[in-house]
Amino acid sequence: MKITTKLWIGLAVLVVLSPLGLIIPDHFKAGSAWGEWGGDEMQKLIGYVPQGLEKLSSLWNAPMPDYAFKGWEEKGLPQLSLAYVISAILGILFVVLAVILIGRMLVKKGG
Amino acid sequence: MHIPDGYLGPATCGVFYAIMLPIWTAASRIVKKTLQVKQVPILAIGAAFSFVIMMFNVPIPCGTTGHAVGGVLVAILLGPWAACIAITVALVIQALLFGDGGITAIGANCFNMAFVLPFVGYYVYKAIGFNAPADSNRRVLAAGIAGYIGINVAAVFAGTEFGLQPMLHHTAAGQALYCPYGLNVAVPAMAGEHLLVFGWVEAIVTALVVKYLQKQAPDYLQAKEA
Repeated sequence: MKITTKLWIGLAVLVVLSPLGLIIPDHFKAGSAWGEWGGDEMQKLIGYVPQGLEKLSSLWNAPMPDYAFKGWEEKGLPQLSLAYVISAILGILFVVLAVILIGRMLVKKGG
Repeated sequence: MHIPDGYLGPATCGVFYAIMLPIWTAASRIVKKTLQVKQVPILAIGAAFSFVIMMFNVPIPCGTTGHAVGGVLVAILLGPWAACIAITVALVIQALLFGDGGITAIGANCFNMAFVLPFVGYYVYKAIGFNAPADSNRRVLAAGIAGYIGINVAAVFAGTEFGLQPMLHHTAAGQALYCPYGLNVAVPAMAGEHLLVFGWVEAIVTALVVKYLQKQAPDYLQAKEA
């Protein structure tokens, strides 16, 4: 088997395992990463939401916020895990497409 | 380490976009000269690997999480300039599609994770692995140490960027406008969690994959990097 085939299989395994990155922190009741708190968490941490942060934090409306579907914030772990896997697949798809496009632009033919 | 929108003031965001612009230009120019057609799939796999490894959040006792970046590995395989492009792609997709890392902070996040991390990691790997045969254990060790140091230096930069904000931007009453934590909190927090936990994750991931490639595809460890 070609090494690239093996590496793609490795990536597929990571995609399937990716919900662990959701389930394990949830199990230990871990919150957001340091410096990635939302407005509510900030309110709890320092007693107010910095004005600039409040204004800028809603600047961009990502189509799949936090690797989930919009409106799924209250769903259980099984659904969120499914959304996580779908996010991983879509993300990899876009990343690979982008790199191939960039590769086409940059790499000399026959090089 | 994905700085969201609203944590860095406009000046900081602008400065880091301005710093990254020539770096991205140089990366494109250098990769154009050195990257071969057959290396493009590896670049794609590297970018995808970095994207998905960042989804593996690891919890730590103080109630927070973090993750590896996988960028030092890409730098070892394809060189730091190609790694810069691969990680930039992963970070931009994360920001645009999944809201992971801010749009205004793409410059800063790319500086930390797509520039500092692969370059520091790459040169640490080169220094320690210098003249070692491609199949040697010293290469595996070099890869692990490179991963550990690369992500930690990046974390210190991120902590510094966070920590400068209260100094740069506050109301007359002293309330912060953006990140409220100064250097005395942000730098130890970012450095500490990466020194203790996430650095080791990056080290193990980097070393294991290099070990695997030594057996499966040793030519990838000898290939001329971009």
